Amino acid sequence: MRLPGFRYRAPRTIEDAAAWLAEQPADSMLLAGGTDLLPNMKRRQQTPSTIIGLSGIGALAEIRNGDGLTIGAGVTLSNLVADPRIRTSYAGLWQAAAQVATPHLRNMGTIGGNVCLDTRCTYYDQNYEWRKSIDFCMKRDGKTCWVATSSPKCLAVSSTDTAPMLQALDASVTLVSAGGARVLPIADLFANDGMHYLTRQRDEILASIAVPALDGWRSAYWKLRRRGAFDFPVASAAVAARLDGRRVVDARIVLGAVSSRPLSADRAVAQLLGQELTDDLIASAGAAAAEIAKPMDNTDFELVWRKKMVRALVSAALHEIRGDDMRARRLQLARQEMLSMPASTSAAR
Amino acid sequence: MKVRLTCSVNQEPVDVLVDDYKTLLEVLREDLQLTGTKHGCELGECGACAVLVDGSPVLSCLVLAVESAGRRITTVEGLAADGRLHPLQECFADLGASQCGYCTPGILITAKALLDAEPNPSRERICEALSGNLCRCTGYLQIVEAVEAALRLGAASKQRQPLLAQSEPGAGQ
Amino acid sequence: MTPRRIIGQPRRRVDGRAKVTGQTRFADDIILPRMLHCRLLRSTHPHARIVSIDTGKAEQLDGVHLVLTGESFPIAYGILPVSHDEHALCRDKVRFVGDPVAAVIARDEVTAESAVNLIDVVYGPLRTFAEPAESLAHDEPRIHDYGDHGNVHKAVSLQFGDVDAAMAAADHVFDDVFFFEGNTHLPIEQHASVAVKDPDGKLVIYTSTQTPHYLHRALAKALAMPAAHIRVVATPNGGGFGGKSDPFNHELVVAKAAMLLDRPVKICLNREEVFYCHRGRHPVTMRFRTGVTRDGKITALDLQTLLDGGSYGSYGVASTFYTGALQTVTYDIPRYRFRGCRVFTNKPPCGPKRGHGTPQSRFGQEVQLDKIAEHLKRDPAGLRLGMIAPPDSLTANYLRVGTIGLAECITKVVERSNWKDKFRKLPLGRGVGLACSSYLSGAGMPINWNDLPHSGVQLKLDRSGGVTVFCGATEIGQGSDDVLVGIVAEVLGIDPFDVRAVTGDTDLTPVDLGSYSSRVTLMMGNAAIQAAERARAIVAGPVAAKLGVPADRLVFADRRVFDSEQPDRSVTFQEAVCIAEARVGTIGTTGSYTPPKAAGHFKGGGVGPSPTYSYTAAVVEVDVDAETGWITVPRVWIAHDIGCALNPTLVRGQVEGSVYMGLGEALMEEQAFRRLPPRLSSALVHKFPSMLEYKSPTSLDMPEIVTDLIEHPDPRGPFGAKEVGQGPLLPIMPAVANAVYDAVGVRVDQIPVSPEKILRALQAKAAGKPARVGPASFPDVAWPEPLLVTPPHEGGDGRASNEPDRRLRRKAEAGVEATAGVRS
Repeated sequence: MRLPGFRYRAPRTIEDAAAWLAEQPADSMLLAGGTDLLPNMKRRQQTPSTIIGLSGIGALAEIRNGDGLTIGAGVTLSNLVADPRIRTSYAGLWQAAAQVATPHLRNMGTIGGNVCLDTRCTYYDQNYEWRKSIDFCMKRDGKTCWVATSSPKCLAVSSTDTAPMLQALDASVTLVSAGGARVLPIADLFANDGMHYLTRQRDEILASIAVPALDGWRSAYWKLRRRGAFDFPVASAAVAARLDGRRVVDARIVLGAVSSRPLSADRAVAQLLGQELTDDLIASAGAAAAEIAKPMDNTDFELVWRKKMVRALVSAALHEIRGDDMRARRLQLARQEMLSMPASTSAAR
Repeated sequence: MKVRLTCSVNQEPVDVLVDDYKTLLEVLREDLQLTGTKHGCELGECGACAVLVDGSPVLSCLVLAVESAGRRITTVEGLAADGRLHPLQECFADLGASQCGYCTPGILITAKALLDAEPNPSRERICEALSGNLCRCTGYLQIVEAVEAALRLGAASKQRQPLLAQSEPGAGQ
Repeated sequence: MTPRRIIGQPRRRVDGRAKVTGQTRFADDIILPRMLHCRLLRSTHPHARIVSIDTGKAEQLDGVHLVLTGESFPIAYGILPVSHDEHALCRDKVRFVGDPVAAVIARDEVTAESAVNLIDVVYGPLRTFAEPAESLAHDEPRIHDYGDHGNVHKAVSLQFGDVDAAMAAADHVFDDVFFFEGNTHLPIEQHASVAVKDPDGKLVIYTSTQTPHYLHRALAKALAMPAAHIRVVATPNGGGFGGKSDPFNHELVVAKAAMLLDRPVKICLNREEVFYCHRGRHPVTMRFRTGVTRDGKITALDLQTLLDGGSYGSYGVASTFYTGALQTVTYDIPRYRFRGCRVFTNKPPCGPKRGHGTPQSRFGQEVQLDKIAEHLKRDPAGLRLGMIAPPDSLTANYLRVGTIGLAECITKVVERSNWKDKFRKLPLGRGVGLACSSYLSGAGMPINWNDLPHSGVQLKLDRSGGVTVFCGATEIGQGSDDVLVGIVAEVLGIDPFDVRAVTGDTDLTPVDLGSYSSRVTLMMGNAAIQAAERARAIVAGPVAAKLGVPADRLVFADRRVFDSEQPDRSVTFQEAVCIAEARVGTIGTTGSYTPPKAAGHFKGGGVGPSPTYSYTAAVVEVDVDAETGWITVPRVWIAHDIGCALNPTLVRGQVEGSVYMGLGEALMEEQAFRRLPPRLSSALVHKFPSMLEYKSPTSLDMPEIVTDLIEHPDPRGPFGAKEVGQGPLLPIMPAVANAVYDAVGVRVDQIPVSPEKILRALQAKAAGKPARVGPASFPDVAWPEPLLVTPPHEGGDGRASNEPDRRLRRKAEAGVEATAGVRS
């Protein structure tokens, strides 16, 4: 499978990158790790005439201390996972990043690329010839969303592991364009539309992601996938909470891969606030979170079961945040020994 | 259109003109005729095309050749040195870790990076490090055993071992 | 007898160094001067007439050398003589999305791809068939204009003894329906071929095939060339598993193109195309009715199977018979009725995958035995131990069984797994399941019925002391080159490194039928022993004379030839060869192997016979989360009756690889298809032809595996060896399902045993419904009258009492082959 032709440009600064992007924003695409864009190009899902390679911009690959951490969009997932500040203070983000794809793909893929990951769908992530066999779909070259043929919008699935967790950690993103920079909460970066799933303008570059200090918070990420590696999430729960003893002072629950964007489970959170985190409350919050999940028949696993699994994933995350020993359960689901996190190291207290 | 690519492959300088749309995989196999690196999907879904770029295992099917400029690339052809096989190669050959042999180059390369970085990885850690390399023949057990055997043979070069033993916080956890 | 130096010792395989240095040359690694590249245009319609093809724009594209369509390929071919229903490029209609329609040969792949996109094809869509039920319900339009009727490719019916009477006499009759979803081989190597017109003007093709001999035949027929002018070189396969056993469209296309253009032409399929080549596991619905006595003996089995064949014949007729062939080889089943039906659907053709046709019904039988054991309050291991087929016997369906190590296998895994402390005793969510299997050590009948040897080996010995062994066998990763070399080295007393193997090359090597049906070790191995023993005899005579000792006292070992009574009376092997060469002239020998004749003389009696059968037992432990149905497999214990492990390192690899593939099939692998809403679209596509979405287990998904080998040499095998490549896969899927029942008390009578299905069954159980997920019933099939064959123990002679004379039938079949060739 060959890449289609393109013009390749390699800026050394983000200013150059923004300026070059502004020249032809509609036909240019940014290349970071390449693990999302290049397969899409080989399958002719995305066919930019110009690729702007960001790997030469050193500033994008840094993690800086501040009020919390500012993570350059070009930091590879491997480097993120290797950073002790992430592991000790943002356990959920560590868990999310460490479960993306495979070791090789984490060596290549960046946090910015994972946040901006193209939405996925088994009607869309196919070769050109395959898509021709179904007369294409709404997201590229066609008219209909085959997932739900009466749907006016594309139902491709947000399949990023890190974005739900970053949203639960109340992260913000900095977008840079030739006209300047703007900062917005990461929740506002996403829209619930499989085609237009980012509010990023075509001339903007995601430069960095800032996570606040979050003293006293704990976080956890639970992912559903078929195998211990390779697979995108087909449902996930990103939970961050601040507890006073067992009482929930503050919390955020964000669901991944059950919608075209990371989905905030506000009603489940409302149940938790001010309450003791009992087994019953955890079960109830899990059920409330699952109610808003809208899995469609366009990923691995049956959609009804995926919806049920949301409840189990949210519950598991809450148990882990409460300090329960979830290592056996995590090993069974994630099949990675290294992901087990003793409660004592799971977050700053 | 052709573009010029200069880099190092298996510690030898390379300076070639290649089609600008090509991936590193395609340049290695077609322009440099280093066909030891394989491909099973060309989409980053199998791990067969793994090579080391600056010591780190990546999938060459998803690396633009133009982005390899100035990099240090190691393929399976670069594992043996001074006429001797790498301990991983010896152990893979001896212990049944290679059946059809098609996923083998990618796995060897990945295992080499692991052994270069970590002095004493556990079995779980080896499985994790190799989890991006699909093998349909072996069921992986003989592969993991071969990596462990290579560890015992002292795969990591002697000078680097003590240094890395102190500098690897994540090892074995 | 001298102790063996090589056979039985764990050893680096002879091709090990090449594989770990990246020097093994797979087909796509071949790069030749002036080489052109080929891409295929594949159908985007599941079932349609080809109204017109316009290649004009493609031909005019700069860099395009040739565009081919079905017009260039008038002659049909296929792997089985009874179903020559394929053309290299479709001529009048397409039968599945992915069916090749045209080919472009260009200076590079990018140009070829661009040209392919310039070809305009007008299709006339036809009704599509996605499921066997649809193919049974609608005779028209026919996907093929041959076959039994309508869209039924083949329906067979065999009865061995009065099954109804035996059922009536049974204390219990168990009646269960199962479904086994299709899955595919997923070799990591994508199929590739390079064809060349050699300097003499003959055709050479280097290709990733498991069956160079059958490809040789197909090329000769379909390209109308003398076979003697075609050379097929099977490159080492980067995984086969049965998926490279048919002659493929792309092989014929590049062969034709290279001959027309007089330039090398290469094709390497992309991963999506590999899914379209398929020839993988048939989806099978099956119904087992089994009569059992209260003390746990089977009185009769009545089995029906329905196979979803996909769009072409492939090995399908054999696959159909195989779904019913091996039950009796495993267990003592005195009376047996088997009815099997294969239908055509508009999906990639199914064919032989590891276990060929037998894993599906093995699943059904072993799960049903688990149910029978529970009903009879018997331990499943004990129940099976009481019903094993007798060794050295003829089964009700006339399969000649040799040694049977199944009891030892069962005993071994029961002991190793602490079965007695675990079965029905583990806490909720954890369980163990047991299952058994048997498999052929090579198909007893060749695909093209004739009296020729199935495997031939030639040896060349010369004054260098080196030995070259030639054999048509094909290295697909299983280690056939190593078996060949190891045997020759053992017999001649030299080091394997002294032997050079030349294999899989129709010009240079004698015919071996190919790497399928687990036949190579036994058949090639016996031929190699014969050739090597003949060479040893040639050398021994002159050496004995020279040393002044009787020839029968000479020992060949450690690269020497010596007197067993006075070992210092010796020469080196090289000296020995020189002495012999000086005396008798150039030394070359041959060996060949032809399996024993089948005992059954009824139609269908040719599928199932084998020189001997391997046996396996496995215990699988599962963890099931009762809340979600999530399932993992922490441990597997497996014991395999191999007769003799020629190279234990390779044998263990075959067993563990089989467990791996079996777990993939049991838990996650599915060759699944998707229709779009019919009012909007006639599409019928593979759901996910990619390595990402076709789920193949990773290193993190593998359990611990404890492997034991049972070694009682079988006199029919080389050094007593039986097969190991396929049998150990078979018990894994049913053992997983049985373990799930032990863990959470629900039956998943359907493969794969996915967490969704487990949870559905758990919910049914909680709601007071039957705790089961699986097909409700077996579809209505219009079965033909069964051929009535009296079992041997009731005095039968292996013939059907109601079958017309077989010689007449053979003539009729030859007619069918000819007609199929013209019509389709």
